[in-house]
Amino acid sequence: MENPKTIIDKIWDKHLVHQEDNKPDLIYIDLQLVHEVTSPQAFEGLRMKGRKVRRPDRTFATMDHNVPTIARHIINDPVSKIQMETLEKNCKEFSVPLADINHPDQGIVHVIGPELGLTQPGKTIVCGDSHTSTHGAFGALAFGIGTSEVEHVLATQTLWQAPPKSMKVKVNGRLSPAVTAKDLILAIIAKFGVRFGTGYVLEYTGEAIRNLSMEERMTICNMSIEAGARAGLISPDETTFNYLKGRRHVPKNEEFDAAVQSWKALATDEGASYDAQVEIDADEVEPQVTWGTNPAMCIPVSGLIPNPNSAKTDASKEEIERALDYMGLEADQPIASVHIDHVFIGSCTNSRISDLRKAAKIIEGKKVHPKVHAMVVPGSQTVKIKAEEEGLDKIFLEAGFEWREAGCSMCLAMNDDIVPPGERCASTSNRNFEGRQGNGARTHLVGPEMAAAAAIEGHFVDVRNLLATSV
Amino acid sequence: MEPFKEHKGLVYPLNRSNIDTDQIIPKQFLKRIERQGFGQFLFYNWRFDDDGNPREDFSLNDPKYDGASILVSGENFGCGSSREHAPWAIQDYGFKVVIASSFADIFYSNCSKNGILPIQLSEQEISNIVSNAESTNYYLTVDLENQVVSDSEGFKATFELVNYLREMLLKGWDEIAVTLSHSDKITSFEEQSHS
Ligand code: SF4
Repeated sequence: MENPKTIIDKIWDKHLVHQEDNKPDLIYIDLQLVHEVTSPQAFEGLRMKGRKVRRPDRTFATMDHNVPTIARHIINDPVSKIQMETLEKNCKEFSVPLADINHPDQGIVHVIGPELGLTQPGKTIVCGDSHTSTHGAFGALAFGIGTSEVEHVLATQTLWQAPPKSMKVKVNGRLSPAVTAKDLILAIIAKFGVRFGTGYVLEYTGEAIRNLSMEERMTICNMSIEAGARAGLISPDETTFNYLKGRRHVPKNEEFDAAVQSWKALATDEGASYDAQVEIDADEVEPQVTWGTNPAMCIPVSGLIPNPNSAKTDASKEEIERALDYMGLEADQPIASVHIDHVFIGSCTNSRISDLRKAAKIIEGKKVHPKVHAMVVPGSQTVKIKAEEEGLDKIFLEAGFEWREAGCSMCLAMNDDIVPPGERCASTSNRNFEGRQGNGARTHLVGPEMAAAAAIEGHFVDVRNLLATSV
Repeated sequence: MEPFKEHKGLVYPLNRSNIDTDQIIPKQFLKRIERQGFGQFLFYNWRFDDDGNPREDFSLNDPKYDGASILVSGENFGCGSSREHAPWAIQDYGFKVVIASSFADIFYSNCSKNGILPIQLSEQEISNIVSNAESTNYYLTVDLENQVVSDSEGFKATFELVNYLREMLLKGWDEIAVTLSHSDKITSFEEQSHS
């Protein structure tokens, strides 16, 4: 092929509005997703200057960060309440569609975008939220922006952006049974570090990626930002088209067929070159658990917690010491011996129906360890209803899990779902930063099966052992 | 946005890597709907104990750094959440410049949109600055026009900044107004792509 291109370049070229010397490109934004936390100041900015939302039809809002996950209508914190009411007022004033707390479509912004078919291949998608990278799973160029940029997109439907550098993340071979997409992305970040993607858009490729379901691909792309990359994507294929078919905002009938043709043409061409490349073998990957305070501080469940004395530099020695101190862990301790107090299954990384099915399979017929408090927070009301239709709620409830309403919940503990100081949580979310799940809270990131297994045993275990004994 | 030309200020060194925006401003303070008033919450969980009293062992509470306006840190500063509350808190506290050996992408652009100058220097240069700032009252002068950071003792470092950001900071542009001057192009793009 003459001049082979990556999907990143193809999307970029199709969205160029304006170019001039010494400036970034002005690119068109197809879709902006909005939530209550990062938008109030943007709408206020518009109001102060008498500006309008250029394309309310290309804007979609929901409430997720603050929403209570029990008794939805009782918002205890008056400041949270004001923030949610402000979004409602802003959406009304600027005619932006909103899935508010009473709406059946409500859920975490990165769960409902794909669910409603708003997320499509080839689109440029932004949101005032760093996990916007999730939507890249569909072959969209999707990235998080700050509130000033939210305002800019509301007013102009464009952004000034320098063309991104591209990085190929090639995953060879196949994942072993019971090793999940979450384990894979954690292993990638552990191997290459929390900033290998800074300045790049990642394209995940290779056999292991092709074999992932759409929901697993979302888990992968979701955590691109934890590698420093503003966006991560996967070229669309049959898996993508099958997922999209029939969703509310996806074209129907012949229009769908035509869309599929154009989506197919987006995939990266054979022989296209990237600015950088990394590679990992899927069959090397074991179930992962983070031990520290950033997502690269991660080891296989069979591993030992690192010893600061084996650090290569003084700075990294200090970093390990600080993390061990915060996490209340000993060097060289097996991670499997670490006992937990909480289990959180949820967040835009792992709260979709397939995640809940996987966790339920481990839990079925078993009981949550008496010392563990465990909860499931579905990613959207749609996921919740679907799970209830399948009887998953009963499996969780019978095992001793709490079954909640949709929202971000304990991923960032902005509502009442907080891990108390010094307590330890096995969490399917994406960030184990200090204080993320509550001041002084200790977070261990894992996949949904590993979280379920830890809930039963009261400490981390290799979920593969549990599966072996239950056969 | 206020234009930024030159700034001389006291340096506060916070020599850690991977400082994420959850540390810069914890989530419990993201509920406000204003842009102002976030400075009191800057590095809140590091600055204050559970009862809200200042922690003596956190250097920003050391009176020697009162009035500091240049924040210096390690690699990957501002990683994690896209919250613009992070630069708002930094600015509201009194910082005008952030110097680090590297920045996370979203944080970097959020800074420049608010008139805070993000400067990337080498690890060697950072470690010189940090050791000076830890031992004395250390001032730096930042000259954006010439892209130079210097002190009165002869230290001098140049820094890179893409032309567009430099212009934006120097002139204090309203970026939306600039873009709206291209409205015709946006409209014709929309017409061509039938959207
Ligand atoms: S679930 Fe967590 S990471 Fe995802 S959007 Fe909500 S707060 Fe952010």
